[in-house]
Amino acid sequence: MTQPNPVTLPTPIVEPAGRTPPQGPPPPAETAQPSEIRRFLRDRSSGRAADGTFGGLMLISALSIFVIVALILWVLIHDSQLSIHAFGWKFFRTSNWDPVNGSFGALPFIYGTVVSSFLALLMAVPLSLAVAIFVLDICPPALRAPISFLTELLAAIPSVVYGLWALVVLVPIMRDQVGPLLEKWFGWTGLFAEPNFGVGMLTASVVLAIMIFPIISSISRDVMKAVPIHQREAALALGATRWEMLRIGVLRNARIGIVGAVILGLGRALGETIAVTMVIGNHPDIVKNLFNPAYTLASVIANEFTEATGDLYVSALIEIGLALFLVTIVVNAIARLLVWAVTRGNSARTA
Amino acid sequence: MISALPERSAHIERAIRMRRSFTNHLVTGLAILSTAVVLVPLVAILGYLIYKGASSLNLNFFTKVPAPVGEPGGGMANSIVGSGIILAVASAIGIPLGIAGGVYLAEYGRGGLMGNAVRFTADVLNGVPSIVMGIAAYGLIVVHYKFSALAGGVALAIMMVPTITRTTEEMLATVPHALREAALGLGIPKWRTIMSVSLRTATPGIITGCMLAFARVAGETAPLLFTAFGNNFWNFKLTQPMAALPLQIYVYALSPYDEWHRLAWAGALVLIVLIMLSVTLVRLYANRGTIKGGH
Repeated sequence: MTQPNPVTLPTPIVEPAGRTPPQGPPPPAETAQPSEIRRFLRDRSSGRAADGTFGGLMLISALSIFVIVALILWVLIHDSQLSIHAFGWKFFRTSNWDPVNGSFGALPFIYGTVVSSFLALLMAVPLSLAVAIFVLDICPPALRAPISFLTELLAAIPSVVYGLWALVVLVPIMRDQVGPLLEKWFGWTGLFAEPNFGVGMLTASVVLAIMIFPIISSISRDVMKAVPIHQREAALALGATRWEMLRIGVLRNARIGIVGAVILGLGRALGETIAVTMVIGNHPDIVKNLFNPAYTLASVIANEFTEATGDLYVSALIEIGLALFLVTIVVNAIARLLVWAVTRGNSARTA
Repeated sequence: MISALPERSAHIERAIRMRRSFTNHLVTGLAILSTAVVLVPLVAILGYLIYKGASSLNLNFFTKVPAPVGEPGGGMANSIVGSGIILAVASAIGIPLGIAGGVYLAEYGRGGLMGNAVRFTADVLNGVPSIVMGIAAYGLIVVHYKFSALAGGVALAIMMVPTITRTTEEMLATVPHALREAALGLGIPKWRTIMSVSLRTATPGIITGCMLAFARVAGETAPLLFTAFGNNFWNFKLTQPMAALPLQIYVYALSPYDEWHRLAWAGALVLIVLIMLSVTLVRLYANRGTIKGGH
């Protein structure tokens, strides 16, 4: 404390001499003739009104997101009143979809959506995690960029192109090659039984799995990358093998974020429309057989909305849309909260 | 301390080590195998698309409207133009709204309750299925008016807003605070600072975000099914049903005719190439002479 500070202070900008009152003629009074720069700056900063307007505009734009959600909700509720009043909760519990006789039950579509999304997750999640691990830890650096690029490219392919490919390439393969094999090996479960047309629940799930793979893989890769490097180093220093390091150091720490990524994929799968409509067969059945044609919430809207005759029919389809909207909002909200919890915690820890 | 360790014979030690090493190799092998399994359909889709699409392309595709059933030939010229018009409408509505929302989040609503609520709603809206957007646009516009390119554009614009808002916010967050402080210190008003300093610095990133949103909605079919509706003839009026490339591909893919399947493949290839081309061109153009963002 008593030692003088060895750091040399910067020389003061204002020379002491400058503080003494000027001896010469007094400087021109500011009020009389403001300099060019001063006037320019004052004109610039006199924009209090402009500032307020600008801020207001930005606020309105941000609020428009609330307005969009509110409008969507209002339209869906308003336009489905007819069906809500006619069927109530029974709408989601009955399985009779008969537009001709005006009887509507959405259970087959709920079944189709849940089962196809679940099967898609079953196929996509292990593969996505394995690819994320491969890209992060195993693959040679030269391969990393091409694989990431290819994955991102897949995410950019439009849904209708997936549907086209599935219809032309995947459906014959499922019908002639994969189907008979599954039936031979697992036919006893009752899940795989003739007749197999190629279009049906299983084919739709495979397409869905291919489509949600990029999102699950890339988000879980980000989450795993966000695990502090010390965790890996500590595990390796204790003599862990690579898998033990991943299991103890990485997967355990990233599990909440990975669950979030999976739920985001689920949200995508629940709402996927066009590709599924093209290969699921579009028939409202609830059967165990996965080769059987099925129907999902989204695909019934896409398939029947333009042909729907009668207000009740349209109203029932819009109620299905409302259900889809609410379910995906809940699913996405949960996923976002989980992903946020992980990434936020990490940024705080590394900071 | 030492006595706390369990006594193990060398034999058991070796067995344990072998098991661990085996598990490790097994997992490594599985990861490599699954990457291969995943890459096969990816490459297959792309390869098949290029092969089928390129072999079905000809000049007629770009100059003719769809031929009636049974007649050979025909193209998708009206769909290509229609997609362009609908996307222009969507961009004209969605991009300014999205960027302004992002500016609010980054420059005004940082850390506040309101900002977090907007951020969260944008993320959730991002996950709403596109078909729901289609019904919403149908209920808001088509019911009161009619099937029109405008309704399709609005449906796509709604889908663009949350993506653009979030990427704009993230890009603005990378602009160093010192730049803003320097501008404000010179007496420049806040709106001017945001326009000329923050947004200017973050421009390349914001444009990338806009083009990502654009590429995402450019391939959307579901929201256009009951808004733009499709059209087999030329139409340049926003108030009339309009053809769009994804819609036409959807209709042709589900048709029983080989000729139409061929055209669907050509359409799919053209759609993807056009999306990538526009994204690349805009990014190249925008990257000229702008200041790089970040630190």
